[in-house]
Amino acid sequence: MNAKSVAKSPAQTRVVVAMSGGVDSSTTAALLVEQGYEVIGIMMRLWAGTGPDGSAYNRCCSPEAVADARSVCVRLGIPFHLLNFEASFKKNVVDFFLDGYARGVTPNPCLECNRHVKFDALLQQAVALGADRLATGHYARVTAAADGRYQLLKGTDPLKDQSYALCMLTQSQLARAMFPLGGYTKQQVRAMARERHILVAEKSDSQELCFVVKDYREFVQEHRPDAFVPGPILDTAGRRMGTHRGLPAYTIGQRKGLQLAIGEPLYVVGMDASQNALIVGRDLDVWQTRMRVDAINWIAASAPTAAKVKIRYKSAEAPATVEVVDAARVEVTFAERQRALTPGQAAVFYDGDVCLGGGIITRVGEPA
Amino acid sequence: MATRRVIYLDHAATTPVHPDVLRAMQPYFTEEFGNPGALYALGQRARDAVDGARRDVARLLGSAPSEIIFTSGGSESINLALRGVLFSHMAKTRRGGAANGRPPHVITSAIEHHAVGHTCRQLRDLFGVELSEVGVDGSGWVDPDAVRAAIRPNTVLISVMAANNEVGTIQPIAEIGAIAGERGILFHSDAVQAAPYMDIDVRALKVDLLSLGAHKFYGPKGIGVLYVRDGIAFEPTQTGGGQEHQRRAGTENVPSIVGLAHALSLARTQREANCRQMLPLRDRLIASVPAVVPGARLTGHPTLRLPHNASFVIAGIEAGPLLLALDLAGIAASSGSACTSAAMEPSHVLMAMGVARAEAAGALRLTLGPENSADEIDCVLEVLPETVQRLRAI
Repeated sequence: MNAKSVAKSPAQTRVVVAMSGGVDSSTTAALLVEQGYEVIGIMMRLWAGTGPDGSAYNRCCSPEAVADARSVCVRLGIPFHLLNFEASFKKNVVDFFLDGYARGVTPNPCLECNRHVKFDALLQQAVALGADRLATGHYARVTAAADGRYQLLKGTDPLKDQSYALCMLTQSQLARAMFPLGGYTKQQVRAMARERHILVAEKSDSQELCFVVKDYREFVQEHRPDAFVPGPILDTAGRRMGTHRGLPAYTIGQRKGLQLAIGEPLYVVGMDASQNALIVGRDLDVWQTRMRVDAINWIAASAPTAAKVKIRYKSAEAPATVEVVDAARVEVTFAERQRALTPGQAAVFYDGDVCLGGGIITRVGEPA
Repeated sequence: MATRRVIYLDHAATTPVHPDVLRAMQPYFTEEFGNPGALYALGQRARDAVDGARRDVARLLGSAPSEIIFTSGGSESINLALRGVLFSHMAKTRRGGAANGRPPHVITSAIEHHAVGHTCRQLRDLFGVELSEVGVDGSGWVDPDAVRAAIRPNTVLISVMAANNEVGTIQPIAEIGAIAGERGILFHSDAVQAAPYMDIDVRALKVDLLSLGAHKFYGPKGIGVLYVRDGIAFEPTQTGGGQEHQRRAGTENVPSIVGLAHALSLARTQREANCRQMLPLRDRLIASVPAVVPGARLTGHPTLRLPHNASFVIAGIEAGPLLLALDLAGIAASSGSACTSAAMEPSHVLMAMGVARAEAAGALRLTLGPENSADEIDCVLEVLPETVQRLRAI
């Protein structure tokens, strides 16, 4: 189906595949070609930064990655193009990331990339080139319900599910999205890649942020030094305990690196950018049951009253009740306390396999 | 890649090898594979083929065989010209030769191919060579008076291209050559883009050095020529076995040398007919594109331009997506030079011509060959406006 719900055969359907040079996007392209779609491979040039050792590019936009993606496309007999999205990526992803740290929160830029760069800037280009759909190698699924609403589902591989990173997609974006890998496990995808002699079948997955060559803290230091300034470490009562080396160097729940010896372990429990203060507390203080989630994108027609909630990409879901504050804000109360709820991270709501939507954690603990 | 009929409009990037050229080259890959340096008959025949090619090229350029060096292409020729002259000069001054205390000064234009520009900048950064880049007017034309004004007491070399690869503007080489000659300054011209469609006579052009690359005139890639006037002090950069009269080492690429000579000869004999074929089509593009694509305008000189070049800037779009869309429609074109793809830097040529950054982002270069037909031009004039419209709607 194309976005206008007119039945089109694969041969009449032009699909742009967002290529990265990795095994997932490469296998995605191969599968769509086999299914008879008219496939075009487009790689996005997102970031041409210089690493601390002077090496140019990041891992993902490197010349080697481009050569890999091109090679896959040539072998599949599909066009390959490299398009420049540096401006959009810088504004929507990198600056968003740096701004978050400057405000004392822990941002997740990948959601912004999907929402603003892949499924917005790239999608618009794809449509202007006559494409009906944009496919990526994400481990997720999209289905159309009987009422015409689109649903985002988890990928069937619980270890690889990437629906979390797609929670900000709107109905119109989901209408044009295709995720051919959503029904497979990673092992199956690698096996399919090997069977098809896809060059990059054995390439290891990239794990970290695509635009950071080494360490995200070094990156923040280099690009936003004003956000990386030493300041006071305070306890939950406001007493000064020591000096931190810059808020971005820490994460909520962290114990190591505080260099405080008071006889019991202390953990990072919060950050106050207005005072450039790192707040520490006891283990107990790191566990919370309540949080406020703002700027929510609901994929479902409306907010649920209860859901399973993921508080970071790698966390397990936890049951919670959801109380609507307004169309884009809710109060979440977990059935069991959760460790290290972190402002700036995305909270994503699930009902079984269905991703209902997601927003940004803004307040942790009881309301003030 | 699935082969689909393509309308090829990027002849400035490269050209296919002419079937006659390929035929001429073939024996030297197989039966006549000898190394021209060998003493036995097989080698001597290869030597003779190279000598014959050299004589032919010399004759076509109006020079002597001893003045022709075969290289790996236009970029190597240019590098060899610049480095050969400058290193020789610097070695002489270090040995206490002609010295006026200052490092050598080089004058180029702001619109040279990167092979000239980047090489000169490297020589400046590493060896302290003084460098002046003379500007151009809005049509990309180098004013000989501006070159004259840039001359200093320590100017050793001037390098200005014969015709620009991006906008096609033909430069006043003979005038600049005369100015250089008056002052005893050496003059090199990058004639890589000019070779297919301009008469290259080194005496008439008053050049001391000249660079050519075969793949722009229906010869193979990987082979070029550097003309160096007899008597010029010149240091080789690729040293070794003494080939090319001690000026460029390496076993001669016999098939490609033969191919280059053949292609240059064909270019000369077919030039008039090719130009007659292409000029009306080029002029049709020049007249029609701005008419059917609102916001498109011609770049480069309206009359002093290569007969196959129709280059434009199109407002409100970016070249990357435009070229992609054209590719999907079966049209091969480029934006600026082929060497700078997917980079977001606007063309230094357009910048030097005073084109605004935003406009330069939408640069489109169409360069024809004799095999392009009126039907193909029709197709381009149909596809281009609707493509631009769709891209502007984003």
